[in-house]
Amino acid sequence: MADLHFTDAIANDGERNAIDLALGENSALTIEGERIVRGGASRRRGLRHLLLPALHALQKESGWISPGGLNYLSEVLQVPPAESYGVASFYEMFRVDTEPGHDDDVVHVCIDPACRIDGADDLIASLEAEGKHVHRSPCLGQCERPPAVFIQGRKRPDVVPADDDAFVLPQAGDDSLRLLQRIGVVDPTSLDSYREHGGYEALTKALELGADGVLAAISDSGLSGRGGAAFPTGIKWTAVRDADGDQKHIVANCDESEPGTFKDRMVMEHDPFALIEAMTIAAVTTGATNGWIYIRGEYPQATGRLENAIMASRDAGLLGEDVAGSGKEFHLEVRRGAGAYICGEETALFNSLEGFRGEPRNKPPFPTTNGLFDQPTVINNPETLLNVLPIVLDGAAAYRSIGTERSPGTRLFCVSGRVGAPGLYEHAFGATLGEIIEAAGGASGEVQAVLLGGAAGSFVTSDSMDLPLTLEATREAGTTLGSGVVMVFNTDDDMADICQRIAEFFKNESCGQCVPCRVGAIRQHEMIVAIGHKPMPDEKRVLHEDMVQVMADASICGLGHTAASAIKSALALGLIGANQ
Amino acid sequence: MTSTEVAVTISVDGNDVAVPEGSTILDACTAAGVETPTICYGPNLTPVNACRVCVVELEGSRTLVPSCSRPVEEGMVVSTDSDRVNHSRKMVLEFLGSGVDLSEADELNEWSAKYGAQPDRYENPERMNEEIKIQDDLYVRDYDKCVLCYKCVSACGDDAQHTYAISMSGRGFGARIATEFDVTLPDSACVYCGNCVAVCPTNALQFKTEFDLRQVANWRPEDQTVTTTVCSYCGVGCNLELHTQDERIVKVTSPDDHSVTWGNLCIKGRFGWQYVHGDTDG
Amino acid sequence: MFGAGGGTSSYTEIEETDLIVLWGSNARNAHPIFFHHLLKGIDNGAKMFAVDPRRTSSAKFADVWLGLNLGSDVALANGIGREIIAAGLANKEFIAHSTQGFEAYKENVEPYTLEFTSQLTGLPEDAIRELAHDYATAESAQILWTLGITEHHNAVDNVLALCSLALLTGHIGRWGSGLVPLRGQNNVQGGGDMGSLPNKLPGFQNIDDDAARGKFEATWGVDLNPVPGKHLTLMFEAMERGEIKAAYVLGENPADSEADIQHARKLLSGLDLLVVQDIFMTRTAEMADVVLPASVAWAESDGTVTSSERRVQRVRAAVPPPGEARHDVDILFDLASRMGHDWGTPDPEQLWDELRSLSPMHLGMSWDRLEETGGLQWPCPALDHPGSPFLHGWLWADDLEGREPAPFIPVVHQGPKEELTEEFPLRLTTGRALDSYNTGVQSGGFSSPIRYGDALDMHETDAQRLGLNDGDMALVSSPRGSVEMRIRIDDSLVEGLTFTTFHFPDLVDTNVLTTDAWDKKSGTAEFKAASIRVEPLVAAEA
Repeated sequence: MADLHFTDAIANDGERNAIDLALGENSALTIEGERIVRGGASRRRGLRHLLLPALHALQKESGWISPGGLNYLSEVLQVPPAESYGVASFYEMFRVDTEPGHDDDVVHVCIDPACRIDGADDLIASLEAEGKHVHRSPCLGQCERPPAVFIQGRKRPDVVPADDDAFVLPQAGDDSLRLLQRIGVVDPTSLDSYREHGGYEALTKALELGADGVLAAISDSGLSGRGGAAFPTGIKWTAVRDADGDQKHIVANCDESEPGTFKDRMVMEHDPFALIEAMTIAAVTTGATNGWIYIRGEYPQATGRLENAIMASRDAGLLGEDVAGSGKEFHLEVRRGAGAYICGEETALFNSLEGFRGEPRNKPPFPTTNGLFDQPTVINNPETLLNVLPIVLDGAAAYRSIGTERSPGTRLFCVSGRVGAPGLYEHAFGATLGEIIEAAGGASGEVQAVLLGGAAGSFVTSDSMDLPLTLEATREAGTTLGSGVVMVFNTDDDMADICQRIAEFFKNESCGQCVPCRVGAIRQHEMIVAIGHKPMPDEKRVLHEDMVQVMADASICGLGHTAASAIKSALALGLIGANQ
Repeated sequence: MTSTEVAVTISVDGNDVAVPEGSTILDACTAAGVETPTICYGPNLTPVNACRVCVVELEGSRTLVPSCSRPVEEGMVVSTDSDRVNHSRKMVLEFLGSGVDLSEADELNEWSAKYGAQPDRYENPERMNEEIKIQDDLYVRDYDKCVLCYKCVSACGDDAQHTYAISMSGRGFGARIATEFDVTLPDSACVYCGNCVAVCPTNALQFKTEFDLRQVANWRPEDQTVTTTVCSYCGVGCNLELHTQDERIVKVTSPDDHSVTWGNLCIKGRFGWQYVHGDTDG
Repeated sequence: MFGAGGGTSSYTEIEETDLIVLWGSNARNAHPIFFHHLLKGIDNGAKMFAVDPRRTSSAKFADVWLGLNLGSDVALANGIGREIIAAGLANKEFIAHSTQGFEAYKENVEPYTLEFTSQLTGLPEDAIRELAHDYATAESAQILWTLGITEHHNAVDNVLALCSLALLTGHIGRWGSGLVPLRGQNNVQGGGDMGSLPNKLPGFQNIDDDAARGKFEATWGVDLNPVPGKHLTLMFEAMERGEIKAAYVLGENPADSEADIQHARKLLSGLDLLVVQDIFMTRTAEMADVVLPASVAWAESDGTVTSSERRVQRVRAAVPPPGEARHDVDILFDLASRMGHDWGTPDPEQLWDELRSLSPMHLGMSWDRLEETGGLQWPCPALDHPGSPFLHGWLWADDLEGREPAPFIPVVHQGPKEELTEEFPLRLTTGRALDSYNTGVQSGGFSSPIRYGDALDMHETDAQRLGLNDGDMALVSSPRGSVEMRIRIDDSLVEGLTFTTFHFPDLVDTNVLTTDAWDKKSGTAEFKAASIRVEPLVAAEA
């Protein structure tokens, strides 16, 4: 709803077809004869969430968001072109520039820590020598197999070359695994195979238990969110169940982008039905009828497998109008992100999915009452959802039999960097940092630092090998488990370079909305670049402390709150800026 | 406050203050006589709480909270003068001063002085570095002065005009207010209502009349009078504030608190006064 | 129809209504700040229908645009009324308690079946049914109109047809529901309120009502002529018959703004005496024997104006009038004095207080209250009265506050006066652009980046048929004359319909084309429906 006004740029046939295809039945203004037009606010409200899919289609067709294509999709969706442009220019995967190279595939090469210590620069140099269009990308979620590459295809599907390699789960076959038991064992493309391995038993059980039974089990289990904030899942689900709302939503936050994190990708690629089953349990428990899997755009294999699994589940009557004969309704859709770390923040994710810039919202109000489309919403990380299956099947007591009182159960760890066997590991809460590194083949070389929790986490040194990795112990030690990142650096690694990159990461990924983060992130980067390998003068330390404090105190969201924490820890530990 | 409204009582710096339900902490601070710096807040705009200069300390909250958007709840305990609050306000103003031309942002500069912002603490900070945009005879857009407060976007969009000629674009420090592909304003959806200019806190957006007078060092707000009257162009009855200098109209605004306009006007009300002085466009 | 003439509702109410029917109004352009209030209503969830032959910039905000045939408004309104009755959705309780004449209305609309209405309006039956049912079942609903309803030869019929819909459903006299004509000029409402109507005294008191007139005669110490005067169209007819030989024109530019302009100019130039009091040397002033330079009312003098929501607001002098220009009141008082009447030297507040003493609906609006409140809405009969956000609440009172029930007045579809012919096969309608105003004498003062000048807007197919491209010049003719115009292709028009503004008479004399068919009940000319022919001009090939 707006004064729609378009420049003279016209979409070509290919662009129109591609956008029409992406929008399906919504692809034209409904004109009933020329005397009736249905447009206005209701159309705009109803279709805005298709903006991202339309932009994806245009980018694939033309290699950029062309002015003509933008005009066309804006008119069809009744979105003002300035807003469509504002959204398009927000994302890494959409080009709005007029530089040459729109006709090429774009080869995204990760330059974040695990890849930059393992050949990213050399790979970029050789690809550029071959004349490839290379994009230096933030973490691509493949830290176990560096350097990571993702190819954004022009008029052809996106691919991750490494997906062709044989998949190895280091702990495959370990019966004690709760979350990873099916991974590498089950056929991820087959519902039958999933059922043969216990699939959909939890949903049956959940329908028997009823909403109260499920909520009691989840609450009693002590399960907390695995995305980083560790909010109690039982409280969240109960709040949504109790919230007033014509429509409620379940959202799986699969925009995994925290540098060093790749667990969600592995789960989605190798056990996609489990995520769907867990979301279905959330839906029947809270009364939600709509589900959304918001997955980062750089995960083509996971996207394909989830879409396949949704279709199979729908065909089997496990999704749709009548879930497993329960009379309950649950519709599930996959939506792709387009390259923006901030969209992993839950409210930014809602905005992105709704077709707006992925800028976080202020809280309160919280998603449990005012989430997606301003309606009550459960939003969980895939790992959190995965935990629901054993809790429902075996009960809270069994679930609590491992882990600690305050951190019950197990945790997934993404171990990367200087270790013998990088990969995804499941450990009971309470395993020490040293044990986890040992289980991953031990450190190669002398450990200089370990990045815990991702770029938003903090560094520790070899002094912390006995630290038990629980929520409470890490908090007490002034660090965090974050998204389960354990990234090991040895004494050969240049920590100044690593820290500059972390600072650059936040400078690039700040959405720009609030002053503390938008300006703080760039000033921190400028400062860390200026320090380089030199000692940090006292007045600069004071200034950095001042920046850390305002970012942590006054930023809108978690990105700003934590954007200086890794650098702060590196300074404190003398990894950078030390007096020599 | 009328008798039918429910009162909520909160503590501001140790003093209880009662405000109607639905008020914000900022409203309560104002009611308590506590002055609060704001940049992105506008009385006629939905709070976007982006600048963060109005943050206060709320008991029980891990982080500071933006007073402009946080609704009051019974029993809240708020501090507006703590070290944390003063630090964040100082740093926000300092951050802005380090990258933006605040030479015409008088109110912001007063706050910066009060909170002791030191924008020169940064070595070679990247700045906005934007060229001034003069694309028509009505507006001047100087984004070197832009603090990205979103007020112009809100006024052009959801909060008033629903034209959406401009949007935030890009990301991080590279974010800018822009039309699609940065096309000129006359090529955009802009209808020149001037509601964006009216809400700009730093003079990044100016009326050309003001800009021209500034160019010849003859913009003298201290010599201006403001007279409220009613627009003559249609029957809606919009109140106009005529800013006059040397017996000539130099700018037109509208009261933020009038139930007809809420501070907004259209192109005719905003710019259609030249004929009073016998000027014609030919 | 229910007494005093004014919009029934406050702007704020549309923010809270459930259904908005914008009928023959492009408020987005013509009333932009009112449209802000309407947009808040949409944002708050209201559904909006736009009824207009053009898909105007306002219609683009609507959930449903209904592009009816030009001049088929009565047909559509009657069709909606019939459908509401046939579907059992009429508010029977309200009709029984608060209205009269329903049976005659029902009988009158009976022929307007969906099928017949569809034929007359060119709209699909489904859309008519949808509008009828949504309007009847909404909790609150407003119908708003502008000149698309009133600049027709059957203007009053159009308004009556819409009023009947409100009576049928009870969408009147309640917060959020109402009938809202949007006023085109800043004090059209105030002018009427102050008695600038041929048959009214200030406060909508009838000139032929002896008691009312007596009050004025007593205060002013003169006898007043009890016979209603002539409205503008009748004045021109009287000029033609030689009955009117002199005219005193204040702040109007009839030599540019009248329909069938050549005829009007001839009549003006034939007068014995033409006096023009204006701030501009308009085309009318150029024809005058005497020109009295006036001040700009809203920026150079003190007083009040009244808006579309009946809000009386203060205007104030910000700058002094230039040169020999003087305040309107001073000029009039001086003139009276030369004619031997000393009216004294009252200030604006004293004049206002005299009005308050004579017009009961203004009595409570003291100068101080107007200052304090930012304006009050009439009726405001006492100093402690808060003013009236909406009118006709009495319709819901148990005793109707002692008034007669509101009458249904049946009207029938007539269509535009001027038929389309083989010679003149295209419809021409006129309207306002966002950045311009009437004949452009004021709005021409600033350089608007979005002004494109008067062009003849037409559908692409019509243009192609005529061999015209966007930007070409064409000769546009009506039975009254021809003008040269630039052609603009516009997707807001349907085939067969053309549109132009009338802001640039120096460039394009649009009102050469318009018809002077006028409404006998209101005196308004049919600016909105002429028949024209368009021929390409063979451009000098450069």
